[in-house]
Amino acid sequence: MNNIIVIICALFYLVVLFGIAYYAEHRLKKGSSIINNPYVYSLSLAVYCTAWTYYGSVGRATNDGIMFLAIYIGPTIASIFMMPVLGKIIRITKFQRINSIADFVSARYGKNLSIAFIVTLLCIIGVVPYISLQLKAISASFNILIQHQGSSTSYFNDTTFYITIVLAVFIILFGTRSVDATEKHEGLVAAIAFETIIKLVAFICAGLFITYGLFNGFGDIFYKASQSQTLSKLFVFKQADYISWFFMIICSMMAFLFLPRQFQVSVIENVDESHLKKAAWLFPLYLLIINVFVLPIAFGGELLFGKGMMDADTYVLAIPLHSGNHLLSLFIFIGGFSAATSMIIVETIAISTMVSNSMVMPFLLGIPALKKRIDISFSKDIIYIRRISILLVLLLAYLYEKNVAHYISLVSIGLVSFAAVTQFAPALIAGIYWKGASKNGALTGIIVGFIFWFYTLVIPSLANTGIIHSDLLTFGPFGLSWLNPTALFGLQGFDSISHSLFWSLFFNISSFTIVSLYSKQKSQEVYQAELFVNIYKHAVSDNEGLWKRTAYIPDLNTLLENFLGKERSKNLIMGYAQRNKIIIDEASNIADPRLVDFSEKILAGVIGSASAHIMVSSVTKEEELSIDEILKILQESQQMRELNKELRKKSLDLTRATDDLKKANNQLKDIDALKDEFLYTVTHELRTPLTSIRALSEIVHDNPDMEEEQRSEFMGRVVKETERLTHLITQVLYLERYESGKQKLNLSSFSMVELAEDAFQSIEPLAKIKNIDFKLIHPNSSLLLHADKDLLRQVMINLLGNAVKFTNEDGHIEFILTDNHDEIVVTVKDNGKGIPKVDQPFLFDKFFQARNQTVKKPEGSGLGLAISKKIVIMHGGKIWVESEEGKGSRFMFLIPNFMARNV
Amino acid sequence: MNKIPYKILLVDDDPNILISLEFLMRKSGYDVLIARNGSEALELLNDTVPDLTLLDIMMPDVDGYQICKHIKSSKKLKHSKVVFMSAKTKESDIQKGYNLGADLYITKPFATKELVKKISELLA
Repeated sequence: MNNIIVIICALFYLVVLFGIAYYAEHRLKKGSSIINNPYVYSLSLAVYCTAWTYYGSVGRATNDGIMFLAIYIGPTIASIFMMPVLGKIIRITKFQRINSIADFVSARYGKNLSIAFIVTLLCIIGVVPYISLQLKAISASFNILIQHQGSSTSYFNDTTFYITIVLAVFIILFGTRSVDATEKHEGLVAAIAFETIIKLVAFICAGLFITYGLFNGFGDIFYKASQSQTLSKLFVFKQADYISWFFMIICSMMAFLFLPRQFQVSVIENVDESHLKKAAWLFPLYLLIINVFVLPIAFGGELLFGKGMMDADTYVLAIPLHSGNHLLSLFIFIGGFSAATSMIIVETIAISTMVSNSMVMPFLLGIPALKKRIDISFSKDIIYIRRISILLVLLLAYLYEKNVAHYISLVSIGLVSFAAVTQFAPALIAGIYWKGASKNGALTGIIVGFIFWFYTLVIPSLANTGIIHSDLLTFGPFGLSWLNPTALFGLQGFDSISHSLFWSLFFNISSFTIVSLYSKQKSQEVYQAELFVNIYKHAVSDNEGLWKRTAYIPDLNTLLENFLGKERSKNLIMGYAQRNKIIIDEASNIADPRLVDFSEKILAGVIGSASAHIMVSSVTKEEELSIDEILKILQESQQMRELNKELRKKSLDLTRATDDLKKANNQLKDIDALKDEFLYTVTHELRTPLTSIRALSEIVHDNPDMEEEQRSEFMGRVVKETERLTHLITQVLYLERYESGKQKLNLSSFSMVELAEDAFQSIEPLAKIKNIDFKLIHPNSSLLLHADKDLLRQVMINLLGNAVKFTNEDGHIEFILTDNHDEIVVTVKDNGKGIPKVDQPFLFDKFFQARNQTVKKPEGSGLGLAISKKIVIMHGGKIWVESEEGKGSRFMFLIPNFMARNV
Repeated sequence: MNKIPYKILLVDDDPNILISLEFLMRKSGYDVLIARNGSEALELLNDTVPDLTLLDIMMPDVDGYQICKHIKSSKKLKHSKVVFMSAKTKESDIQKGYNLGADLYITKPFATKELVKKISELLA
C-alpha cells in the first residue's frame, strides 16, 4: 500500500481525535459534560489495553497458549473486588487535591519530597520503555502495511519520529491548558474513550474476518489447531505454570491500579465516585470481549503461515493484508494505532506531571536565585515546565525505541513495567489502611524493591543484549552463584518475572514493615496518616485551620497570584472566604489559618503537595504542634461531631421521656380514681353499722321511759354494732396494707400439719355448737414449709369459719392437707348450700359477702376472703373455689413449697 | 287527730334498722308493716296499700328501685308515698331516686327526730 495513503489516514484519525477533544471541552463550557457518565469512565479505564493487547496477545498465545489471559485476570479481580480501595483513594485524592501517584504517596508520608522523587524516578525507568514499545508497534505496523522491510536510519525518514512529534503537539494542546493539574482534562478523556471503542471494534473486525472469512468459525479453527502437533500443546495447562500465573495475576492487579496512566484515568480524571459501581463490571466485560478472538487469530496465523515463519505479533494485521483486503487492513492498522496512541498520551501526561512537580519544581525552588523569581508571575512558567517535561518524556521514549527496543519483545517489557509499579503497592495500600506506616518505612521499602527489581529484571535483559557481559547470568557476579540475578539465593525454576516479583516484594514489604514499626513519625506525618486512613471521617468537612499557621495576606496573595494568575487566585480566595464566612481584614493583614491551609491545597494542585508545602511554609509562621496536640485537635473536631450526634439523640430521648411521663400521669390518674372508688366503697360499708348505732342510740337517749328490757336489747345491739364496726375498720386497714404493699411476709420454717391442727382446734368448738362433723385429714409427713405462719393461719381460720357459718346443722366439714411435692394444697370442704356460679367470680372481691346476704347480716366484714386471697398471692400461690348451688363448696388454696424443690 | 292510723311499710334487710324504725313509727302512732327483704315487700304490697313506705335500696334479691317503680306504676299504689333510705349518698344516686318518683330521699345514717318530723309532714 502506498505510504502516503496510510500517513494521511493516520493524520486524519488524529484530526478526528483533536475534534472530539475540542467538542468535549466545548460541551463542558456549555455545562453539559459528555464525559460525566459511567460508560465513558469505564471505557477510559480500558486504556489498560495497549498495543500489547492488540498485537502482543496473539504473539504470546502462539508461544505460551492461554497464559496470555493472566494479565487480564488481575484487573478483572481488582475491578470487581477492589472498588472500595479505589473509592478510598479517589476520596483522598479529591480532598487533598492530589495530581499524580507520586504526589499521592508523597502526601501520605508527610508531603515528603524524596518519596515523590523516588516514585517519579521509578516510573520513568519502569514505564518509559513501555511507551517506546508503543512507538515501536506503530512503526512496525506501519511498515507492514506499506510492506517496507527494515527501518530507516535517517531521522527525517523515520515515521516514528513524525508520529512522536504529532503526539507531542496533541498532548501539549489538550493536557496543559490549565495550571491546576487537578482540573479535569475533559477533551483528553473523551478522546481516550473514543480510541478504546475504535480499538475494540477494529480487533473484533479482524477476529471476525479471520474466524468466519478465512475459516469456518470457531469450531473449524479449534479443530484444525488440535490436529496440529505444535498447536495442540498450547491447550495444555502445565503444572509449573501455576507460579507464573499467580505472579502475573498479582502484578497485573497492581498495574491496573498503579500504572501512571491507570492512576490518571481511574483516580485523577474520575468525575463521580458512583461511576465505580458500573465500572466494576463494565471494564471486565470489555476485557472479555477484546480477548475472545485472540486464540482464533493466533491459531489462524499459525495455520496459514506455518510456525515461526512470521512474527506472531503481526498476525492481526498481516493476515487480512495477506488476503488482499486493503480496506480492512487499513482499519485494523488504525485500531492498533489507536491502542498505542491512547497509551502514549495518557502515560506521558501522567509522567510529565510527576516530573514537573517532583523533579523540576523542587530543583528550581532549591536554587535561591530562581526562588527570587516568585516576585514575577510564575504561572506561565509552570505550564512551560510541564510542556518541556512532556517533550522530555517523549524524547526519552523515542531514543529508547530507536536504540534499545528492538532487542526485546513487546510483552516482556510490559511485564517489567508492571513489576516496577508493583513496588509502590505496599507503601500505597498499607498507607491508606495502616496509620503506623511511616515515611522512612515507605522510602526504604520502595528503594529496596526498586533495587531488587532492577537487579533481577533490568540487569539480565541488559546482559542479554550484550551491554553487560552475559557471564553474569551464568555464574553470578564475581562468580557468586547465589547472587545470580536470575536465581537469587538459589531460587530456581521460576520465570524471570515471578522470580523478580518474589524477591522484590519480599524485601520491599519486610523492610517497609520493620522500618515503619521502629520509626518515629513526625507531626506532619501523623497528621497526614490520620487524614488518609480515616478519610471518611474527615472528608465531610474541610479540616482547614487546624495547623494554626499565620501569614501576612499580601504574602499569600503574591504566592497564589504567581502560580494561578491574579484573576483566578482572587476568585478562589473570595469564594472560599464567602463560603466559610471569613472576613478578609485588609487592615490587620493577618490571614485566617483556614485560608492558609486552603491556599496550600490550591497550590498543591498546581505544583504538587510537597512543593506547595515548602512554598507556603516559606511565607508562614507555624505554631509547632506536637503529635499529641495534633491528635487532640483532630479528636476534638471528631468529638464535636460526636457531640452533635449525641445532642440529637438526647432530644429524641427527651421527647420519648415526655411521652412516658404523660402515660405515667394518666396511669396515676386511673389509680387515683380507683382509690376514690375504694374510699367510697369503704365509707359506704361503714355507714351501715353507723346507721344502726345512731338510730338505736338516739332512741334510747330520747326515750328515758323506755322499758328496761327493750332498752337493754337496744343497747346490746349498739354494742354489737360497735364491735362490728371496729372489726370492719381493722379489716379495711389490714387490707390496705396489702393493697399498698406495706405488708411483708415474716418467713419461718414450720410444719403445715401442726398449723392446721392448731386452726382446727380453734374452730372445733364452733362446729360442735352446730353439731357439724368436723374432720382434719393430712399425710403422715410433717409437711415443712417456709412461709409466714401467722398469715397462713389466718387464711385457714377464715375459710374454716366461713364453712362453719354457711353449713347447716348436722352438716360436715373436711379440712384436708395434700402434699404435691412442689406445692401444698389445703382444702376446706363443706356440704352447705353451695355458691351459685354467677357469684363465683366475685367471691374474693372486697365486701362481696356483705352485699349478698339475704336475711341476717353476717358477722364478718366481707373482707375475709379478699385478705386471704392477698395472703395466698403474696406467697406465690393460688386460691379458688369449686362449688355448685345446693351441692356444697370446696375452698382451696395452694402454696408452692420451695424447700421441697431444693431437696 | 286521725281516726284510722296511717299504715307505714318498713323495708330493710338490716334487723337493727327495722327495730329502730318500728319503735319510731309505733311511738308516732302509726301502724307498721315489716318486710325483711324486697320479695317480702312485694308480697305485702299485693294485699295492702300502705300510706307510706320506708324503702332501703341495697337489698340482695329485689332492690329498692324496683319496689319504688312497682309502687309508682301500680294504679292502686301510686298515691302511696315512697321514702328512700340509703347509704348511697352521691348526688347522682339521689337524683336517680327522685327520678323514679320517690317523694323523699333520706341518707343513712339519719337523725331519728328529723325522720319522724319529715314523715309526719309527708302524711299531712
